[in-house]
Formats: sequence, structure tokens, C-alpha cells
Amino acid sequence: MQKQLLLGDEAIAQGALDAGISGVYAYPGTPSTEITEYVQHSKEAREKNLHCTWSANEKTALEGALGMSYSGKRALAAMKHVGLNVAADPFINSAITGANGGLVVVAADDPSMHSSQDEQDSRFFSKFAFIPTLEPGNQQEAYDMTRYGFDLSEKYRVPVMLRITTRLAHSRAGVQRREVNAENQISLPENPRQFVLLPANARKQYKDLLKKQAGLEQESIESGYNTYTDAADKKLGIVACGLAYNYLMENFADRKVPHPVLKISQYPLPRPMIEKLFNECETILVLEEGQPLVEEQLKGYLSKGLHIKGRLDGTLPRDGELNPNIVAVALGLPNTEGAPVPEIVASRPPSLCRGCPHIDTYNALNQAIAKYSPGRVFSDIGCYTLGALPPYNAINSCVDMGASITMAKGAADAGLFPSVAVIGDSTFTHSGITSLLDAVVDKSPITVLILDNLTTGMTGGQASHAEGRIEAICRGLGVEEDHIHVLKPLPKQHEANLEVIARELEYRGVSVIIPRRECIQTLNRKMRAKFKNKEKGN
Amino acid sequence: MKNDIILAGVGGQGILSIAAIIGLAAVDMGMHLKQAEVHGMSQRGGDVQSHLRISDEEIASDLIPKGCADMIISVEPMESLRYLPWLSPDGYVITNTTPFVNIPNYPEIGKVLDIVQQQPHYVMLDCDTMAKELESAKSANMVVLGAASPFLCIPFERLEAAVAKLFGKKGDAVVALNIKALNAGRQVALNSK
Repeated sequence: MQKQLLLGDEAIAQGALDAGISGVYAYPGTPSTEITEYVQHSKEAREKNLHCTWSANEKTALEGALGMSYSGKRALAAMKHVGLNVAADPFINSAITGANGGLVVVAADDPSMHSSQDEQDSRFFSKFAFIPTLEPGNQQEAYDMTRYGFDLSEKYRVPVMLRITTRLAHSRAGVQRREVNAENQISLPENPRQFVLLPANARKQYKDLLKKQAGLEQESIESGYNTYTDAADKKLGIVACGLAYNYLMENFADRKVPHPVLKISQYPLPRPMIEKLFNECETILVLEEGQPLVEEQLKGYLSKGLHIKGRLDGTLPRDGELNPNIVAVALGLPNTEGAPVPEIVASRPPSLCRGCPHIDTYNALNQAIAKYSPGRVFSDIGCYTLGALPPYNAINSCVDMGASITMAKGAADAGLFPSVAVIGDSTFTHSGITSLLDAVVDKSPITVLILDNLTTGMTGGQASHAEGRIEAICRGLGVEEDHIHVLKPLPKQHEANLEVIARELEYRGVSVIIPRRECIQTLNRKMRAKFKNKEKGN
Repeated sequence: MKNDIILAGVGGQGILSIAAIIGLAAVDMGMHLKQAEVHGMSQRGGDVQSHLRISDEEIASDLIPKGCADMIISVEPMESLRYLPWLSPDGYVITNTTPFVNIPNYPEIGKVLDIVQQQPHYVMLDCDTMAKELESAKSANMVVLGAASPFLCIPFERLEAAVAKLFGKKGDAVVALNIKALNAGRQVALNSK
């Protein structure tokens, strides 16, 4: 079979398909989105009728995957790093229940925050949960390790985390596929109490989980994904985790490093391999993408004994993703750099598209709220977060999915009136519904704008669970009918929209305003497809 | 035999099609490839770049080290300058001259092009106008790829074949227009060499 050119994300999806999954569960989030999209576009997945529709959020996604695992089938859950925060409850507890059918959870981290609000390292989460972790360094490993992850999960009856970062998720290279496994048959857990985490059961299950750790460490030693390459110059020993291994190798044209190198791609850490490096080398350099998890473990709290270099002592930058140049400097090799960026080059930040409905909404909101003191608009995660930038300067917060409504409520509780929330349709159904319920129960004087562009825009236009349901959800939660308004965000509707927003800002209860117009990107895509079909018809 | 290429432009200008064509041709030749792309928030009208590496030997890093790129291929003139720190001293800047102005402080275009002309090796061409003259306004990215083609380690026929493969679904007329645009860009580079 010829090699296929796949993104890291796509290699994971193909690996999962070939491992015989029965479903993927996910909510879109950069850099993890393309995993699920690949399955959605896969002919094989369609033929097998695998589950691949989007979930409301990462928590419901992981719970769905856990249910599939309970039934004995293999399931993949995929999310970005901050999505794992949302799914933290099922993630930690799925380690205690354990898996039945193979369960692999992909956490896609975003060091350097290319498209995120933080750069948390998911390996801390899996260590905390006692969940074994695989960290592929290239696209082929992403494919192979996904398959291996399912086997490992079933062998030890634990969920397995696959940790990747943006650079691998969104980089393409050749991948060799292997044979395709059939799906598992339904087979419920042998122990009917395995998934019942009543304290008495949970205590037992937790002890079992701890007992599994020795076996899991043995796997880390024997699987072949952690490798020790000896070399003559033992003044330095190098630990290179995941992608960092590539940046190390890039600095040696013949791919021969003069120092012993321990490549880490599987956790828990293989203690004997690390010990060998410690015993034989004077100094240890730890290269890892993300936060200094391995470095902290090796260093210990008091940092006594062998000298450990890495992100904590300034050998490498404390934050941001690595690259070949940063690693060169850490190795004491000469750095390379071309000409500096000419001063004339202006920054070009992302911006709302021309014709975007959010522009019209922000123009109306800005005018309506101008008569009050500034700093009253709490916003959320999505394209509309770009409203924080000029020329709009329209919003004052962006924290986590759904925070807009609850923060507006908290500010209103503190006495800020009017207090406004701006949230997108998909973000609202992800995590805003319970926030709005809090506001309704307390009769909080807030105005909530649910910007409905009929899609999940920022990640590229995936289906939104909110479509056709927002008014009914708001009514169901108890928002008063008279204070639910649907607007058409268009320049010609500006005066009418302004009037509605201005009026509701003054209402001392919960108002919901829904500016509704389709995302210009998905609309253009549809129009192009329609035009194409028409041409074909002729 | 290797090429380390920075592709530059603004979200939506089609740099990924350029990458796909070079990639298809390289893989057909049995070469190794790594290509780091930008997805997500940064795509919305912001600057985008892709690191494209092809080599007959295995490639380690997805990112090109600074000071090591063989060329910058840019669909937008100011964007070609943003990545100069990655360009090797004997590398080429190959850029479109038509600015994409979506920021209020876009510099004077004459000054931008002056800096391009100060580079030791460059090819500058008005891809937008050339594409329009070929009645294929959308093919500006193919024009700039054509201009880069003499500096690639891929035979030109391989690139033409890759264009045919990538656009094949869209019909023969689209393929022909794109190949024409590719050739037009190549001629400019050959004449200025």
C-alpha cells in the first residue's frame, strides 16, 4: 500500500479506523477538529455506520465514548487541551471505572497558544488520573500509537491518553497504513460493578488502578516507543519527549547525536532507562514540548544531585513551543538566523470576515451601550472574540466556554447594571445553558446576546447543536417570552436592532437577544456548491 | 536533493494549494515530505505561513530552522518579508507584487517592493494582473508557483502533472488555465534569471 500524506490529526483518525473503532466522540476545537472531520468524510466509516456526529461539548463526548467502551466496543474521544478541562470529571473517573472496550482519549495541546487561551500540558492531567499516555513524535507514530493505544487500553482495562501538540496535529507527512481490524462485538463488563463508583466499589477500583501502574511502566520499557541510544560523550545525557526528539535530530545532519539520548513517547516514565542515563551522564538536558513535567520529576523538589537542564533553569524558554533553533542554543551549537524582519512589516492580526453578521451586531451593541460607563460586556470563545480588537473594542472578557453569561450574572450580583453577555450559538449549547438557568433562577438583570450564525464558525463551520433550538431552550429555561428577541444583523436593520438592544439593556430581568444570520463563510461555501451543481445540471 | 520552502500569504489566498501541488509532485518522485500548516483562529484574514520541506532523505523537524530556508514563496509582498529570518543567505524571495490591504497601517507598497529588491536573490511579479490577463483571476497562486519552479528540485513536467491531478475533478478547462498560469510565472523567472 502506498504511503498517504496525512496531517497528524488525520493519521490518528486513520489509526483509530484501522484499529476497529465503532465511534468517535468530540466537540470541535483547534487543533483537534480534523480528527473527527476525517472520520466524518471517510467512506469506510460511512459504510460501517460508525458514530461520528459532533457532541454538545467535551464532557458529553467523553461520556459517550465511555458508554461505548462499557458496551465492549472501541471508542475514540478527541478534544483540545482546554476541552479536557470540561471533560475532567469523566476523564478522572474513567480511570477508576476502567475501560471495557478500548478507550483512547486524544488531548491536543496548543503550546504558544496559536488558537487558545492557555498552553496547559495535558500530561499533567493523565499523570494526575493515573492514565497511561502516548506522545507521538511524527505522523507515522501518531497512526501506530493510536492503534497500540487501543490494544493497551483493552489489555489493562484503562483509558489511554494520546497527547499531541498543534505542530504535529497540523503537519502533513507520509503514513503507511496496516491491516484493518474488525469492530468488537457488544460484550458488557464481566464485573457488573466495574462502572458503579459507589464509595465501597470505588475504593477497590482505585486500588486496582494503582496496582496496574507497575505493569504500565513495564509496557513503557518494552513497547519500543521509548528508546535509549548510547553515544560516547557522556558529559551530557538528553531526554527528548515526543516532538522535541525531531528538533534534537534536526541539529545533527547525519542524525548521530554525540551524547546518549533517551527518547520518551510513552508514560508512566520508564524508570530503569532514566536511571541508566543518570548513572552514566554528568548532566541531563530535558527537551519537552509544553510544561516541564519530566524535568520537574527528575529534578525533585529540592533539586539536589545531578544537574538537570531544561525549562526551569533557563536553558530553554519557560513558555512557548520548541523549535530547532531553541534546541540548538540549548545544546551549545551555533544558532542560524536570516535577515531580521524589516521594520516596515506591520502585524496582521486575524479579523472578522467582510460581511460577517457579528460586525453588525457589535455596531448596534456599541452604540446602544455608549451612554453607560465602559467595561460591561462579557464575552466568550469564538469568532466574535475578535470583537475585542479594533475597530470594535466591544468586549471586556473571554475566559472559558460559557463564562460570558455567568460572569455577567456575577457582575450583576455585584451591582453592575446593565451587564451584558455575548455568546455564540454553539458555545451557548456547549456550556451556556446552565449559566442562563442560574440567571433565570436568580432573576438576574442581565442582557444576553446569543450570536446565532448557524454554525461553529471559528473551527471552520461545523454543525451547531443550537440550530433551530435556541428560542425553545430559552423559553424552557424560563426566560420570559416578551424578553426573547430575534434580530437580523444587517446594516439596513441597524436602527431597529439598536432600539431593541437599548430597550432590553434597561430591563431589570433576564433578556435574550438573538441576532441571527448565517456565517458568511458557510454561506459562500453553500452558494459555491449550488452553483457547481447547477453547472453540472446544464 | 532537498528544498526547504516557506509559503506565505494571508488567510484565504490559496497557499495550501501551492503546498499541495509541490507535495503531490514530490511524493510521486518518492521523496520525503513534511508540511506544517496553520489552521484555526489565525486563518481569519491574518498572516498565514506553511513550512514545506521535501527531501530524498528522511526529514526530522516539521519546522524549518531559521536561516535555512531555500526560498520564500509569497502570494503577498509584505508577507514575503515577514519570514526573512528563516531565509538562508543564498535563498530566494519569490513574491507577488499585488498587496492585500486589510489593515489600516499597511505600509507604502513602493517601500515594501524596494526592500524585496534589496534582497540578494528575488523574483517579483504581478501575479494578480497576469492571472487576470489569462482570464483566470483565481490562479495568481499558480503564477507565483510557476515563478518559483526554476528553483525547485522538481522537474517542471512533474509540477504540471500535479496541477492536472489536483484540479482534475474541476474539469479540463480549469486544469488548462492553471497550467497556463504556471507557465506564465515560470517565463518571468527564467527571463529574470
